[in-house]
Amino acid sequence: MEEQILITMRDITKTFPGVVALDHAQLTLRKGEIHALMGENGAGKSTIIKCLTGVYERDAGEIHMAGIEGNIFNHSTQEAQKIGIATVYQEVNLCPNLSVAENLFIGREPRTKLGMVDWKVMNRKARKIMDDLKIRLDVTNILENYSLAIQQMVAIARAVDMDCKVLILDEPTSSLDDTEVAKLFHLMRGLKKKGVGILFVTHFLEQVYEVCDRITVMRNGKFVNEYDVAELPRMQLVAAMLGKDFDDLATIKPEGASAAGGELVVEARNLSHKGTIKPFDFEIRKGEVVGVTGLLGSGRSEMVRCIYGVDRAQTGTEKMHGKDLKINAPIDSIKAGMGFLPDDRKADGCFAELSVRENIILALQARQGLFHTLPMAKQNELADQFIDLLQIKTPSRETPLSQLSGGNQQKVILARWLCTHPDFLILDEPTRGIDIGTKTEFQRLVLKFASEGMSIVFISSEIDEMLRTCSRMCVMRDGAKVGEIDGEMTQESVMAAIAGGEQQ
Amino acid sequence: MSVLRNSLQRATRQKLFLPIFCMVLVLLINLMKSASFFSIAINNGVLYGRLIDILNRGSEIAILAVGQTLVVAVSAGTDISVGSVMSLSACGCCTLLAGYGVNSTSTLVMPMALGMLGGVLLGGLCGAFNGVLVANLKIQPMVATLILFTAARAIGLLLCDNQITYIRYDPYKYLGNFIPGIPIPTAIFVTIAVISVAALFLRKTSLGLYIQSVGVNSRAAHISGINSGWICFLCYLICGLCSGIAGIVASSRIYSADSNNIGLNFELDAILAVALGGNSLAGGKFTLAGSIIGAYTIQAITTTLLAMGVSTDQAPVVKAIIVVIIVVVQAPVFRDWIGNRSARKLTIAKVAAESGSGEGVA
Amino acid sequence: MSGKDQLDRAKRGIDSNTLLLFITIALFVVMYAVGCIVYSGKGFAHVQTFLNLFITNAGLICVACGMTCVMLTGGIDISVGSLIAMDCMILAYGMGVKGYPSIPLLVFVLTVGIVFGFVQGFLVGYLQIQPFIVTMAGLFFARGMTAVICTDQISITEKANPTFYAWANAKIYLPAFLGYTNNRGKVQIPFIRPTVIIALVTVVVIFLLLKYTKFGRALYAVGGNETSAAMMGLNVKRTKLMAYVLSSFLCSIGGICYCLNTMSGSVQQAKGFEMDAIASAVIGGTLLTGGVGNVIGSLFGVQITGTIHTLVTTNGKLLSSWANIATAALLCFFIVLQSVFAYVKNRSK
Repeated sequence: MEEQILITMRDITKTFPGVVALDHAQLTLRKGEIHALMGENGAGKSTIIKCLTGVYERDAGEIHMAGIEGNIFNHSTQEAQKIGIATVYQEVNLCPNLSVAENLFIGREPRTKLGMVDWKVMNRKARKIMDDLKIRLDVTNILENYSLAIQQMVAIARAVDMDCKVLILDEPTSSLDDTEVAKLFHLMRGLKKKGVGILFVTHFLEQVYEVCDRITVMRNGKFVNEYDVAELPRMQLVAAMLGKDFDDLATIKPEGASAAGGELVVEARNLSHKGTIKPFDFEIRKGEVVGVTGLLGSGRSEMVRCIYGVDRAQTGTEKMHGKDLKINAPIDSIKAGMGFLPDDRKADGCFAELSVRENIILALQARQGLFHTLPMAKQNELADQFIDLLQIKTPSRETPLSQLSGGNQQKVILARWLCTHPDFLILDEPTRGIDIGTKTEFQRLVLKFASEGMSIVFISSEIDEMLRTCSRMCVMRDGAKVGEIDGEMTQESVMAAIAGGEQQ
Repeated sequence: MSVLRNSLQRATRQKLFLPIFCMVLVLLINLMKSASFFSIAINNGVLYGRLIDILNRGSEIAILAVGQTLVVAVSAGTDISVGSVMSLSACGCCTLLAGYGVNSTSTLVMPMALGMLGGVLLGGLCGAFNGVLVANLKIQPMVATLILFTAARAIGLLLCDNQITYIRYDPYKYLGNFIPGIPIPTAIFVTIAVISVAALFLRKTSLGLYIQSVGVNSRAAHISGINSGWICFLCYLICGLCSGIAGIVASSRIYSADSNNIGLNFELDAILAVALGGNSLAGGKFTLAGSIIGAYTIQAITTTLLAMGVSTDQAPVVKAIIVVIIVVVQAPVFRDWIGNRSARKLTIAKVAAESGSGEGVA
Repeated sequence: MSGKDQLDRAKRGIDSNTLLLFITIALFVVMYAVGCIVYSGKGFAHVQTFLNLFITNAGLICVACGMTCVMLTGGIDISVGSLIAMDCMILAYGMGVKGYPSIPLLVFVLTVGIVFGFVQGFLVGYLQIQPFIVTMAGLFFARGMTAVICTDQISITEKANPTFYAWANAKIYLPAFLGYTNNRGKVQIPFIRPTVIIALVTVVVIFLLLKYTKFGRALYAVGGNETSAAMMGLNVKRTKLMAYVLSSFLCSIGGICYCLNTMSGSVQQAKGFEMDAIASAVIGGTLLTGGVGNVIGSLFGVQITGTIHTLVTTNGKLLSSWANIATAALLCFFIVLQSVFAYVKNRSK
């Protein structure tokens, strides 16, 4: 069966300053298979794909492709395309303002003898491509007028028409609904029959089991294993993705974890945000630490964003300390006593050019209002206090945030919220991309604040972390809250809940 | 050598290095050309001299620079309507004082202060209009302000019934000239007042912090509880008010409302002042002091050019070139290119040194 | 054709971009009709008045075509008014004062346009500086250069350059059956001037360029989604550079037309022209965000701004600044309209 192998990637290593993104990773793709590439945040999925498509240049390792002699080095996506490797991303990389036919042919338009673009030939060819793929649409219509699924398919059609042997689909289904996904899968199966090797990146377990033949699992930049889908139970897949390697931090288990008797702090009923999260209920008591678990893209971030009001809830009601809470903008939730550390530190958290002090006092200042400026002495005192408390490593409180390491930036943003003395603090992946020591510190801090009476929502991709800190967990799957677990929680019970499906 | 280089490096890293450096450079060039540049004399009971002239004439630019700095910081775009708005508020003020259609008057139809206030408020109204377009309708700042860039001047002409309205009432001239008995031009006091109010406001309230945080990362600012849209609107409003004040001063200088000439080309000067002040036109952090030094530097350049026989119409050539140079130097692409070049040079030097030493050992 | 295809077609019927163009054309017809009714006594309804719209706005038509190309990439060019002033000044100074022949001067003016556009395009495309800042510097530079060449107003007289004078005054008569009898009972045969031919040829050429060449389609692609365009193998930087070169080149052609109309050069010439050009393009359905628009729409845009000016001058009592205000207000209206459409579109997704 050796000749069936299309691509072999071996010992791929890629480092960025301070981070090893890929550590001897490998991947094998065969002709006519749909191959799932899975892993949590920071597993290295997108890095390995970018090494293949020429967006990044790998530091070491070999890539071989059927029909091409020797080790392949792609320097740009165009080069990769020339040898038949095409990628379709979640955000469709087409021009929405052009017609379907043009999107298929731009950059290689058929031309008349005079060198003019030949629209007739172009539309005819486009229609034929679409007919071959059994996609029904009007190729002269503007791409924008079609649904995202159709747009994805046009992107795929473009790739296929450019003679692609390897098709990489990077989370194409994230923003599609069920019928659209079904259409896309139909197309993928058709291509598979034609012998195209498809590499499919997704977070949706259901979809993997529906359409894929084989799975490669990665974790922390390393290759974990390759499995046949038919032979791999869900539980085992989740276990492989999340990893079971306990570190030596298991000592900080909360005591008297359950706060069942405490006062109800936040109570949300039937909240939802169109397109991101289906209606859910949520409640948390004083001093409680609640985890929200689920795979990336399962709606865990979306749920807390909705509670906090970054994405304004379109249905449902929210109460805090028993009083109705109407959130129009985050300032309302801050005034009510909430805090929110977002998961995308760079885009939603950091003010890179502002100083550590300014970053720390900002939320408190926003709550105080424009005309009640904190005196400089108070600002300095607060900044110093939190630099001390959280052991933020910074040359001074006036250093721009951009000069700090990731972990310390995260601490600064945590300090921003602690400053406001929230009753209810949401931490969305506070430990992502920071070193192990700081992670432990974060966990300790969470428990400390909870024991002081703060209610905390803690989200993490690492189940261990949550097991150590949370007394209860909400389970998310495919954009909805599917249940809660409490009492004796173990890795197995949590993973089973995340995986869902046949386990229940 | 290295001590010198170190201190030089430290100096260049200072926030106000660029504006002060430019200022000193311009002054030095002037000094070399004529030694009398710095001399100040008292003629007819008022101060007289080049420096005084620069301080006096630079008032409008400095006032505009205050507003423009905030707009640039908050929205990474510039308000190009400031010059036209100046002209509109001048026309508004003169029409209020003289009455519609009156060509020249020496008696006012309403208290002078009220008319001036009306003019300033008219500027504020324009600022609010820009603010709504940018903050609420999310239109690119420069396109939004382009509307008033043409319209404001035209509206001003309408207000003055298509003529130049003269206010031949002495106190009206005070603002742009001298108050009897005081040797310092009044415009300097106005500028000081505007700058002090702005500085006080920025220091005593958290507006500065809010503006910078919205300019640096408006998404994060929103999550941290700041109403980004409102702050953006406020900056445009302030910019409009500043243009209004500058317009009144300019009008007082010529005790009339010359719609076609008041505030002409001032948008370029205001933007240039912000850029020369070391503020990035891509928004974010700002220093008001830098912009103000920048404003006077621009005026010094203008004065120098005029002294060299370059007419006011021709001066924009030089300023346009300065703008281009500054934005090119600020451009990330350019910086990367320079960075790569010097890095490459360094590696080449290193490789050469290593191979050299290697040979030495062999 | 299946039912779904028809559904898609139906959906296209209410496309917001088509709607914008429709509003524009309707607006033009209404405005002109109102003009015809209100000012019927002043000859507004005559064929010649309609043709005069083309004659007076020949320059603006060329400039609006270039502006459309730049705006398709998502950029903007506010230097056009000053560039026209500079072009006129070069021609007027060259012919009126120095007495140079016309052809070399025209070639020189076009070359200046290309070089000017190249510098602006390089700064925008390759150094990725905001187009507004770059072209604003261009605006002041060109205006200043006009003053550097000469600060006086210079007229091109018949004596100075008979050829150019002849071009400016040449009349091309339309077929006689379009003739009408004027107030004094004399039969008038409507005519156009050479500038109209230049302008219309420009429109046709740019229309074909945008529709049928790789470069034209690349302009749309870059404006639609820059990253996508780059990933599909288009040279985004070069496309942008060429857009600005094209804009300044067309602007120089427009400058020549403008000069043929005014036969003079002065520092104050064509002030606020950038506004008319941008307004024309935007009113004609070109999106400020780029990617949508065509020169036919812009042609209607020019006719609308032109009609505004004609209405104001025909009235005779209104100040000329009313025309500027009306254009600005119209631009404002269409920008807000675009913004609202974009919002509705996002909401429905």
